Amino acid sequence: MASIKIRAKAKDGVTTVKTLISHPMESGLRKDSKTGKKIPAHHVTEVTAEHKGNLVMTANWSGGISKNPYLSFKFKGAASGDMIKISWVDNTGEGDSAEAKIK
Amino acid sequence: MNLLRRKFVKTATFVGAVVSVAGSGILLPQRALGAYAQSAFDARDVDGALVGSLGSAEHTPSDEIRLKAPDIAENGAVVPVTVSSTMSNVTAISIIAKANPGPLTSTYVLSSASEAFVSTRIRMAKTSDVIAVIKANGKLYSAAKEVKVTIGGCGG
Repeated sequence: MASIKIRAKAKDGVTTVKTLISHPMESGLRKDSKTGKKIPAHHVTEVTAEHKGNLVMTANWSGGISKNPYLSFKFKGAASGDMIKISWVDNTGEGDSAEAKIK
Repeated sequence: MNLLRRKFVKTATFVGAVVSVAGSGILLPQRALGAYAQSAFDARDVDGALVGSLGSAEHTPSDEIRLKAPDIAENGAVVPVTVSSTMSNVTAISIIAKANPGPLTSTYVLSSASEAFVSTRIRMAKTSDVIAVIKANGKLYSAAKEVKVTIGGCGG
């Protein structure tokens, strides 16, 4: 399941990574308009970025992040042609990961 | 009770660090920079969220943090927020929406290779300050900006 879109670009030694993850990001506070019951929380808790086996960044998220979350970050030490790996896990234990080549 | 929990969180962080160093290559438990601080996300006030995520509630406003957020957000479900800083040795960034039921939206744990830059989209329940808190050299610095929300995005 391709739930992650990655764009990474290296320029002047700094790599900018932009990612989009497909996820409902239910906060656990929303109510179903038909039944009036609360929709249980279902959101990504952790996003990690890896470059050559090194962790570059970890994001810890709550349900306060928008649906289909967007994340952008920058790091040094990568060259174009390297691979960047993004992984996520949600509060139900599901997860996914994807790799992309840095342009 | 509370002390015990802190101790547990600390131990968990330590174990996580050891796993990272060992670099076992096993996917589960996932390797991460720092443990997921559930207490920080459960906190219902800004101070509690900061203690849980960054270890302290004391932060000083700083000009060296750039917080980019819209003046008016028509839809509170999607509020683009960008935090960047010229400070060195930034180890973590937290983004807080002050009036949200759970104010802490996210914490970013950075490595030595990271630049102090994070951009994402957050939910906001109503008009309030968005606070970016940066941990640099073991101290907390912050920048705040009020975002007016026309339609709240936290449901309920």
